Amino acid sequence: MKTEELLINMGPVHPSTHGVLRFKLTMDGEIIKKCEIVMGYLHRGTEKLGEMKTYLQFVPYTDRLDYISAFPNNYAYVKAVEELAGIEVPLRAEYIRVLTLELNRIVNHLVMIGSLLLDLGGSTMIMWGFRERENALQLFEMLCGARMTFNYIRPGGVREDLPEGFMPKLNEFIKDMEHRIDDYEELISGNEIFMMRMKNIGVLSAEDAISHGMTGPSLRGHGVNYDIRKIEPYSVYPDLDFRACVRNECDSFARYMVRIDEMRESLHILRQVVDAMPEGKPASQAKYGIAPLTGAPTAVSTYFPRIFTPPPGEVYSRIEAPKGELGFYVVSDGTIKPYRIKIRSPSFCNLTAIPKMVEGLMIPDLIAAFGTIDVVLGDVDR
Amino acid sequence: MLSLAMWTGDIMFPNAYELIVYILNFIGLYEPINNIFKTLGIEYVLRIIIVLVEIAVLVVFALLTIMFLTWMERKVVAMVQARYGPMVTGPRGLLQPVMDGVKLIGKEDIIPAKADRWVFTLAPFIVFIPALLIFIPLPFGESLIISDLNVGLLYIIAISAVSPIAILLAGWASNNKYSLMGAIRAVAQDMSYTIPLALSAIAIVLFTGSLSTVDIVSAQNGTWFGFIPKWFIFLQPLGFLLFLIASIAEMGRIPFDFQESEQELVAGFFTEYSGMKFAMFFLAEYAHLFSVSAIVVTLFLGGWSFPFLNLLPAGLVPLVSFGIFLVKTYVIIFFAMWLRDTVPRVRIDQLMNLGWKIMIPLALLNLLATGFLLTAGVF
Repeated sequence: MKTEELLINMGPVHPSTHGVLRFKLTMDGEIIKKCEIVMGYLHRGTEKLGEMKTYLQFVPYTDRLDYISAFPNNYAYVKAVEELAGIEVPLRAEYIRVLTLELNRIVNHLVMIGSLLLDLGGSTMIMWGFRERENALQLFEMLCGARMTFNYIRPGGVREDLPEGFMPKLNEFIKDMEHRIDDYEELISGNEIFMMRMKNIGVLSAEDAISHGMTGPSLRGHGVNYDIRKIEPYSVYPDLDFRACVRNECDSFARYMVRIDEMRESLHILRQVVDAMPEGKPASQAKYGIAPLTGAPTAVSTYFPRIFTPPPGEVYSRIEAPKGELGFYVVSDGTIKPYRIKIRSPSFCNLTAIPKMVEGLMIPDLIAAFGTIDVVLGDVDR
Repeated sequence: MLSLAMWTGDIMFPNAYELIVYILNFIGLYEPINNIFKTLGIEYVLRIIIVLVEIAVLVVFALLTIMFLTWMERKVVAMVQARYGPMVTGPRGLLQPVMDGVKLIGKEDIIPAKADRWVFTLAPFIVFIPALLIFIPLPFGESLIISDLNVGLLYIIAISAVSPIAILLAGWASNNKYSLMGAIRAVAQDMSYTIPLALSAIAIVLFTGSLSTVDIVSAQNGTWFGFIPKWFIFLQPLGFLLFLIASIAEMGRIPFDFQESEQELVAGFFTEYSGMKFAMFFLAEYAHLFSVSAIVVTLFLGGWSFPFLNLLPAGLVPLVSFGIFLVKTYVIIFFAMWLRDTVPRVRIDQLMNLGWKIMIPLALLNLLATGFLLTAGVF
């Protein structure tokens, strides 16, 4: 019998490509013979924009990379700038940052699990996830007035101190989340159909995963204990007790379970942060102001300058964002603007592993595997 | 009026036509009207008019049910997902389906340039009409049946097998790869699930010895030990499970909604449809939901029958039994909706495996065991 291969163009506008991503699929019936990823539909030239802005002006742009979890983006960039300029940060500011980072990790995983289930046809989880996410977003709103694009973490600290009534609300959220996660597990993890769809699907060996540059929870589902918070500790993470969540099955289910474990672990971190939150200033200087253009700001000046010039040099700084390793490579030539910014985004590198994962599987498996990689297109295309 | 009229004596009508004639007779209208037609020599016209009235009532009932079901679906989803659902149009959003209809009628009716115009236009109707035709041999209550076909069950299975053809037409005519894949999936799914559906229904027929839906319901009348209703679910638990799963696949709902599976195939076979044509598919889907649930109730849950129904005054029985039938049907519908909100979709090959490798052998086994037990005279 003569059969023909079918070229299916999935995207850029498709319900389950999470934005404007395009798969060019060569199909043999329902089986994917070849999968080609076409990206760049959301390219906004963020890196180039960074070269046109002062160091402080670029912070809001980082919010727009991975818009589900903007705090880590803020922080990764600010951390690079701080390393470049040698800015010291008060301990309270670091604790507040870790608090926002971990809260944002929970939010990110809620959205990820919700949209994964939505891709599989279960519409309930995304509503449940968004219900808890709403509580977290209200916390974010209390912190900085914004719900998704925060512009909160700045060189030298954070923009505002914790507002009044924040801690009780946070405690309430943590307490609530504990049994909510159990609810999710009851709804999803034990579901026979869910396991049928996830187990032994989208399998990729650890070596392949590493060679494709996968990082973060997606990589830890392949049995690789690689967590930047552990191997290259930053901020106050060395003082906190937590573990990197690793699963060994290398399939979609493992990647999903890592997310669930990480939410629990993040709650554990949050509890410690709440207990250990030190008194002090939330930023090295009370406010931003006009300051001399020479040299890096020091603790001596009363203002933190809006415009500052780090010494010439370069730095690559990375953090464990909810999606994986988020790195900012910032080059300074001693002027008020960075000479070059390169963003190493986790979504982009993780996404490249998809074709290898899904060849020989079906479209539903592609969608399931793609959901567990957790990609935000703003982060892929930059 | 109806119940008063039927208070008196022996009233079990083979179908709704006889019921209407009886009521007309009782209030003294039938004879004069019949005489008028008789003098004109066209008695058959009266017959046709009564049948048309029946059909009108049925269609109105079906459309109202469909409207209610779309509202109910949204409310049930909202309940599970901890939100309100439609609340603005009408009391608790009850008029939302009307607004949906108005919106859909106002939409532009697009036929893709390279589509097969005739087939594309025809397909929604071929989907919708069988969905209504299934209602004909459904016993809605005692005496409340349009036509008690002696091949009722066969008719139901045959008619519901028409819709995949229409879906294939729709998918093919759209000239869209997603539509075609959705259509092919729908046909494959329907073929593999009609078999266990029919096989587990045949086990029921072994008990009743008749394909008529009325006979099937009356066979389930009565009780064991005075309190356990004689429903076939207790005699055929495996058959019930198989039939329920197969009918959810037949309805094309999550976890088996491959014809649409929007996350994979955008909207499956109706990707290219808009406006009222889309609405036809939508309505047909809900008509299917109701009729298939009604069939499950008829075959396994005793239809309109309920223990101690015979203690009621005979005139009330048609109305009460209609209520009982609706309650049972809505229980099954609620189950289907609840299932949709709880579980994700299975994969197409897993669905086929389930159908061919598990459900068909089990259904055959069930049939065999039933046959043996009946021959041995256990029941």
